[in-house]
Amino acid sequence: MTHAPLSSPTPAAPFPSGAGGLFRRFKARPSEDTSAKRVQFNSPLLPYLFLAPQMAIIFIFFYWPSVQAIQSSFYLEDPFGFGSSFVGLANYTDVLKSNEYLGIARFTAVFTALVTFFSLSIGLLLAVKADGVIRGNAAYKTLLIWVYAIAPPVAGLMGMMMFDQHIGPLVKFAGLFGWEMKVGLNYNDTAFAMIVVSVWKQIPYNFIFFLSGLQGIPVSVREAAIMDCRSGLRRFWTVILPLLAPTAFFLLIINTTYALFDTFGVIDVIVKDKAANNPITLVYKVYMDGFRGNDLGGSSAQSVILMIIVFVLTIFQFRFIERRVHYN
Amino acid sequence: MAQINITNVSKIYAGGVEAVKSVSLDIADGEFIVLVGPSGCGKSTLLRMVAGLEAISKGTVEIGDRVINDIEPAERDIAMVFQNYALYPHMTVYNNLAYGLKNRGTPKAEIDARVAEAARMLEIEPYLTRKPRALSGGQRQRVAMGRAIVRKPAAFLFDEPLSNLDAKLRVTMRGEIKQLQKRLGTTSLYVTHDQLEAMTLADRLVVLNGGQIEQIGRPLDVYHTPASTFVASFIGSPAMNLLRATREGSRLHFGSQVLESDRLSALPTELTIGIRAEDLRVARAGEQSLTMKVDYIEELGAQRLVHGMLDGKKLTAALSPEIELSDTIALTIAPSRLHFFDVTTGKRLAQIVDGAVGKREDTGALEMAGG
Ligand SMILES: Nc1ncnc2c1ncn2[C@@H]1O[C@H](COP(=O)(O)OP(=O)(O)OP(=O)(O)O)[C@@H](O)[C@H]1O
Ligand SMILES: [Mg+2]
Repeated sequence: MTHAPLSSPTPAAPFPSGAGGLFRRFKARPSEDTSAKRVQFNSPLLPYLFLAPQMAIIFIFFYWPSVQAIQSSFYLEDPFGFGSSFVGLANYTDVLKSNEYLGIARFTAVFTALVTFFSLSIGLLLAVKADGVIRGNAAYKTLLIWVYAIAPPVAGLMGMMMFDQHIGPLVKFAGLFGWEMKVGLNYNDTAFAMIVVSVWKQIPYNFIFFLSGLQGIPVSVREAAIMDCRSGLRRFWTVILPLLAPTAFFLLIINTTYALFDTFGVIDVIVKDKAANNPITLVYKVYMDGFRGNDLGGSSAQSVILMIIVFVLTIFQFRFIERRVHYN
Repeated sequence: MAQINITNVSKIYAGGVEAVKSVSLDIADGEFIVLVGPSGCGKSTLLRMVAGLEAISKGTVEIGDRVINDIEPAERDIAMVFQNYALYPHMTVYNNLAYGLKNRGTPKAEIDARVAEAARMLEIEPYLTRKPRALSGGQRQRVAMGRAIVRKPAAFLFDEPLSNLDAKLRVTMRGEIKQLQKRLGTTSLYVTHDQLEAMTLADRLVVLNGGQIEQIGRPLDVYHTPASTFVASFIGSPAMNLLRATREGSRLHFGSQVLESDRLSALPTELTIGIRAEDLRVARAGEQSLTMKVDYIEELGAQRLVHGMLDGKKLTAALSPEIELSDTIALTIAPSRLHFFDVTTGKRLAQIVDGAVGKREDTGALEMAGG
């Protein structure tokens, strides 16, 4: 399963199959393995040698910090670096009893749900509309693919500027309706801006995957549906969407992770230096407590909790949602 | 059940390609019409205009007494069987069959009954709970047929439904489609580029060439009296031999070789002569004949195809395997079995009948066995 280079004018096939393949491997279907090329190594050690750099990176940057986090979550670190003392589960109980933390957790849940929902549904909506226009038109297709290459950083920056207190057009627009938007000062306004910018930033990514997924649906199946079902909306729900499910499931996982972790940058720019009364997510809280508050133990406990949340969420998604996905 | 009237229908694609040029065709209720022609001649385009998957650029299509030009495909009361089956991969076979009925608000009990009936007819009952990917090509084909049957439409449309099957299965399915259509009596429009499929299935054949109808007729009529050299070379296997000839009085000159008949006088002096391979037979001593230099032989079992040269032009003869072959053979043909075509237009010229040699009905095979 290789991904096509971004410049490829027809990413239609590689993308969805890449996504599907990713999850099929989790299910360890034997048919997948037999189709793969088999290479014989002369020395049994050689394959491990090839794997070593990747394993080293995963170990150093992923497992090792995780182990360290788990370890330091049981200790109380002296803020000035003079040793640490074992406190058992105290860091966890402190965190879980804290009203502030629970409030942030609640906001994170709402934030993640909204960002995932809107970036997926708007991405899908745009893809469906674009699919209707560009069917068979390679020039359009290439133009739209560019979105994927340039969008995330630029889109993020643009989104941020929309909410600029002085020049932001969205702030001015809201002002027309008497909504005095104070991003960074008013809790709800800030939350609103965070969600909008985060969604805005993720849409191109979802758009391009949904578009390739749509283009991967055989024309004749759509035509058969046209002859079987008069209502376009009903066709979409009963034929198109189910066939898009592998792509959608892949994006669901990617987007949940994005909303939980990758929105850090957006939040940081919006609440920077004025975190006091502003909404933040759990990841940002980990950073604040650890690096600003120098509470390494508490911060570690929080990141372990976050790990557990992601773990549970992923298991849930695979167990209960993926079962309904039809891989072709 | 209904008749279909196609009147002066044209299709002009964006970019100006005229894929179908003013085609008119009246299909009687219950008739099995086969559209046949080479790749790119507009068969699928015509079918898809009837289906509603392509807009009709000019002309009208009526199904029953309704002009359906502007009616949604799902409302046209037709069902289509696609070349690659186009089954819904995420639905079970049962749901594939039931989908169209559900969308039309058919009661559950009725759906069950119809699906059960179609499944029984097509012998796909054991697979009703399976997904299409767990079926063989032939079984998928049956499911695709079933999806059309359960709808009980006014007309079936088929776009090369058998071309993804292996040769043997194709023959079986061909027979089944024919039987099924006769049993249900549903008007059918069937597209294929396989002339054998066309011959065996059709009540009437429509031969298309470059977006235009070249000939309409019953399979045997088209076979025996092709309207043009195009039809002559397309229908029938091996293809009809087409040879240039000149006429001088009652003599036909194929280069240096000559055939004589007293009925040729009405014909122009320059002609294209059509000769079916099976109309040629080995000449008896003293008979007028054409000498063919044999190149190679194809054994078909019941027949033997002898390919060779007649005065520098290719000629194929279908002879009985019992006949002894040498490097050259003297062949003859009843003049009544010659086909004459205009040299420039390729259109058929009047058939001549030569009573002296034999009536049209008796086949050369008998005479060949004797000779
Ligand atoms: N969407 C389109 N735009 C422009 N031209 C088209 C389009 N679809 C088909 N054509 C052209 O119209 C002509 C007829 O196409 P059509 O698909 O009807 O052929 P066909 O007879 O079904 O051939 P085949 O046996 O290969 O399926 C072809 O020359 C084709 O190139
Ligand atoms: Mg076709």
